Amino acid sequence: MKINNFIFELTGVRCASCVVKIESTLQVISGVTDAKMNFANHTVSVSANDTVSAKTLTQAIEQLGYGATLMEGLEQHESQKEALEHRYYSSLITKTVVAAIVGVPLFILGVIDIIPSLQTELGHLTNFAFGLATLGVLIYSGGHFFVGGWKALRVHTANMDTLIAIGTGIAWLYSMIAIVFTSLLPPMAQHVYFEAAAIIIALVNLGAVLELRARRHTSQAIQRLMRLQPKTARLIRDKEEIDVPIETLQIGDLIRVRPGEQIPIDGTLTEGSSYVDESMLTGEPLPSEKKMGDKVIGGTLNKSGSFIFKASHIGKETVLAQIIQMVQQAQNSKPALARLADQISSYFVPTVLIIALVTALIWFNVGIEPRIAYMLVTSMAVLVIACPCALGLAVPISVTVGIGKAAEYGILIRHADALQQAGQLTTIVLDKTGTITQGQPQVTGVYPVHEQDKKKVLMLAASLEVGSEHPLAEAIVMAAKKDGLALLIATNFQAITGQGVSGVLDGQQTWLGNRSLMEQQHIELGDLKQQADQFAASGQTPIFVAIGQEVIGILTIADPIKPDSKSAIQRLQKMGLKVIMITGDHQITARAIASQVGISDVMAEVLPQDKAGKIIELQTNGEKVGMVGDGINDAPALAQAEVGFAIGTGTDIAIESAGITLMRGSLQSVADAIIISQQTIRNMKQNLFGAFIYNIMGIPVAAGILFPFIGLLLNPMIAGAAMALSSVTVVTNANRLRFFKPMEEKS
Amino acid sequence: MIILLVNVVGIALVCLIIWWFWINKSHIATIKIDNLIEIKVKDGVYQPSNIEAKINHPITLRFVRDDASPCAETVVFQSLNISKQLPLHEPVDLSLNIKKAGEYEFTCQMGMYRGKLTVK
Repeated sequence: MKINNFIFELTGVRCASCVVKIESTLQVISGVTDAKMNFANHTVSVSANDTVSAKTLTQAIEQLGYGATLMEGLEQHESQKEALEHRYYSSLITKTVVAAIVGVPLFILGVIDIIPSLQTELGHLTNFAFGLATLGVLIYSGGHFFVGGWKALRVHTANMDTLIAIGTGIAWLYSMIAIVFTSLLPPMAQHVYFEAAAIIIALVNLGAVLELRARRHTSQAIQRLMRLQPKTARLIRDKEEIDVPIETLQIGDLIRVRPGEQIPIDGTLTEGSSYVDESMLTGEPLPSEKKMGDKVIGGTLNKSGSFIFKASHIGKETVLAQIIQMVQQAQNSKPALARLADQISSYFVPTVLIIALVTALIWFNVGIEPRIAYMLVTSMAVLVIACPCALGLAVPISVTVGIGKAAEYGILIRHADALQQAGQLTTIVLDKTGTITQGQPQVTGVYPVHEQDKKKVLMLAASLEVGSEHPLAEAIVMAAKKDGLALLIATNFQAITGQGVSGVLDGQQTWLGNRSLMEQQHIELGDLKQQADQFAASGQTPIFVAIGQEVIGILTIADPIKPDSKSAIQRLQKMGLKVIMITGDHQITARAIASQVGISDVMAEVLPQDKAGKIIELQTNGEKVGMVGDGINDAPALAQAEVGFAIGTGTDIAIESAGITLMRGSLQSVADAIIISQQTIRNMKQNLFGAFIYNIMGIPVAAGILFPFIGLLLNPMIAGAAMALSSVTVVTNANRLRFFKPMEEKS
Repeated sequence: MIILLVNVVGIALVCLIIWWFWINKSHIATIKIDNLIEIKVKDGVYQPSNIEAKINHPITLRFVRDDASPCAETVVFQSLNISKQLPLHEPVDLSLNIKKAGEYEFTCQMGMYRGKLTVK
C-alpha cells in the first residue's frame, strides 16, 4: 500500500505539551503510520496510507483547538519566507521612491530659488502645501522610524530610528513654525527644511535597500550548506522503494542512492559501492571511494555507482546539520575586538542626542546670525550623521563572511576568538601520527631472504595476523588481500605481548615479530640485523617472519606521510611560522620522518599526557601556539594551545577541544585557516577603523567645529547620505572577503 | 530672558536624557516568568524587554520576529555565548536553565535592540 506524507503548518500551538496531544491524536487515526511534530517550526508531518485524506487529518487537529494548513512541502515554506523578504525589500524601494519624488523636486526648486518667499501670501500657501506633502513622506516612508524610535524610548533605549525620527521631525516642525509664525523669526531664519527631511528619509531607506542586498551575500555560505540538504530520500520498505520526505526517516532505515543523486542523510553503506564527491563539506577535491561498511555523509554527491545504506543519524544529529549549527553559532559569536564596539553602542545614541543638544546650545550662545537656523542645521546634521549601525556591524559582519568562507574550504571555526587568534600565531606544533602522516600503517616493503619467497613471507604473516586487531596486523592483512593471496588457517595461535605472534601454519611453527621475539626464540638473524637497523633509522618498523628456527624475510611497516604534508609545511614556514613536530616515537624514527617533511624542530618521545606541558613551555617563551592533532589523544594539548586545530575525517566534526576543525585531512587547511583568519581580522579592523573615524570625526564636523576656521558646515542631507552609506560600506567591505582565495601553493 | 530660558530648557533636556536612558532604567516594567514567555521582535524593540527568571529553573524564551529589518535577524546573549537566527514570523525557542544569578543582556547583532534577563 502506498504511504503518503503530509506536512501541516499549525497555529495556536503554545506549549510543548501540545506536541504530545497532537501527535497522539493523529497516531490513533486508523491508517496513520506516524506523526511527528516539529515544535520550533510549528509543523507536524504525518505518514499515512491511502485511506487517510488530508482533510481527515486537518479536522482531527482542528478539533483539538488548533489551526492546520496543509503545506506542499518544505519548498513552499522556503518560498513563503522568500516572498516575505521580497515584500519587505520592495516596500523599502517604494518608500524610497516616494520620499525622493517629494524631496528631489523640493531640493531643486530650493537651489534655483524660485519658491516664493514666506513673507508673501503665495509663499505661505505653497510652502504649507510642501509641508503637507513632506508630512505624507514622514508618515508613509518614514513612519517606521517614528514608531521604532517611540517604542525604544518607552523601554528606555534609543536606536538609529530615534536619531532619524528626531532629526527629520525637528526639521519638519521648525519649517511648519516658520510658515505659521513667520514674523517671530528673524528674516534670515525664515526658511523651510522640508526637502532635507524628505531626502534624509529617502537616503536612509535607500541605505537599507542596499544593505539588504549586500547582506544577502554575507550569509551565502550558510545558505549554500542549507541547500545541500536534500528534501526526499528513496526509502526501501517491504522490498519496495518509495520517495519519502527526509523528516520521516528513522535510524536504521535502508535508503537507495542512485548515481548523480545526493545522499540524503548519514549512514553506513550496506550494499554496492561508489565514488562520492564530498568536496562541499570537506573541501577535498577528489571523490572518495565508498565500499561496504564505509560511512556516507548526508548532502554529499554520489558520483558513479548505485548503493544502499543504513541511516545512522537523522535530523539535527547529521554531520551536515551539525556543521550548519556550528557555523551559524560561530558566525554570531564575537571576538574580543568587538566588545569595545559593543560597549560603546549601548551609550552611543543617547550620547549623540546630548551632543546634538549641546551643539544647538553652543550655536545659540556664541553662534552667528541667523542663530536659530544654524542651531537647527547643525544639530540635525549631528543626529543623522551618527550611525550606530556601522559601528555595531563592523565586526560581526566580517566574522560572518570570514567563518562562512572558511566553511567553504572545510574549515570549521568554532568561535570568533579562535578566528582572531589563528591570525596571530607564531608557532605551529604538528602531531605526527594522523596529522603529518596518514595515521594508517601500511606495509612498505617485503624483503625475503630468498627472492622466490617474497609472496610466501607476506602470505604467512597475514595468515597469522588475520584474526588480530592490532593496527600493524591490519596493515599486513590488507597488503595480502591487495595482492590477492590465499591465506592459510593458523592453529595454536599465540600473541606475545610487545613482541609479536606465533602459530602453526601448514604443520610448521611460524613466528612473526620484532627482534626481541627472534632473539628470545634463539633464531639466527645474521645479515638481516643490519638491514633491519637501516629500516628503523628511516622511520620504518621492521618485522621478522620465521619458520621453525629459520628467518625467511622481513616486512617493513610505516605510516606513510600524506602526499601534501611537505608542501603544506613549507608553506607554513614561508608564512613566517615556526613548525615543530611532536610525537611519542623514538628520537631516530621521529627525526627520520621530520627530515622528510622539512621540519628541524622535533619533540620526540613525548607521552600523550605530556603534550599539553610542552605547549605550556612554548607559551611561557612567548610563543603563540597553534596545535594540530587528530583530536582524540591530543585533546589536552589542543585545548591548551591558543588555537587547537583538530584534523577531522569528515565524519566526526564534534571535536569539542579544538577551536578549529579541519574536515579535510590535509595540512594545507591549517595554512588556509590562518590566511583566512588574517584576512578576516584585517577586514574587521578596516571596518572598525572606518566606523570609528566616521562617527568620531563626522560628529564634530557636523556640529560645525570647522566653521570658525574654514567656514565648513555639513548639509544635513549630506550627513544623511553619509549615514545611509556607512552600513552599506561596512557590509560591502566585508563582502570582499568572499572573493578572497587562500592560494594553495603547488609544489 | 529668552537666552536664559533657551539655555535652561537645553540643559534640562540633557539632564532628562541622562535620567531617562541611564539613571531611570531600572524602572522598566519587569515580567517575571515561570516557564515560557513569548518575546516579540517588532519595531526596533524586544517586547517585553525586561524579564526576570528564577535561578536553576528551566525557562523557554520564544522569540517571534515580526520585524523585517535585517538588524533584527539575530539575537545574541553575549555573556552566555548563545546566539540564534530569527527567521521572519517563525517562533524560535531558546531553552535556558541558568545556574548563576545575575543580569544577562540580549541584543541584536548591532546592539540596537536590547533586552535583559535577570536571574534571581
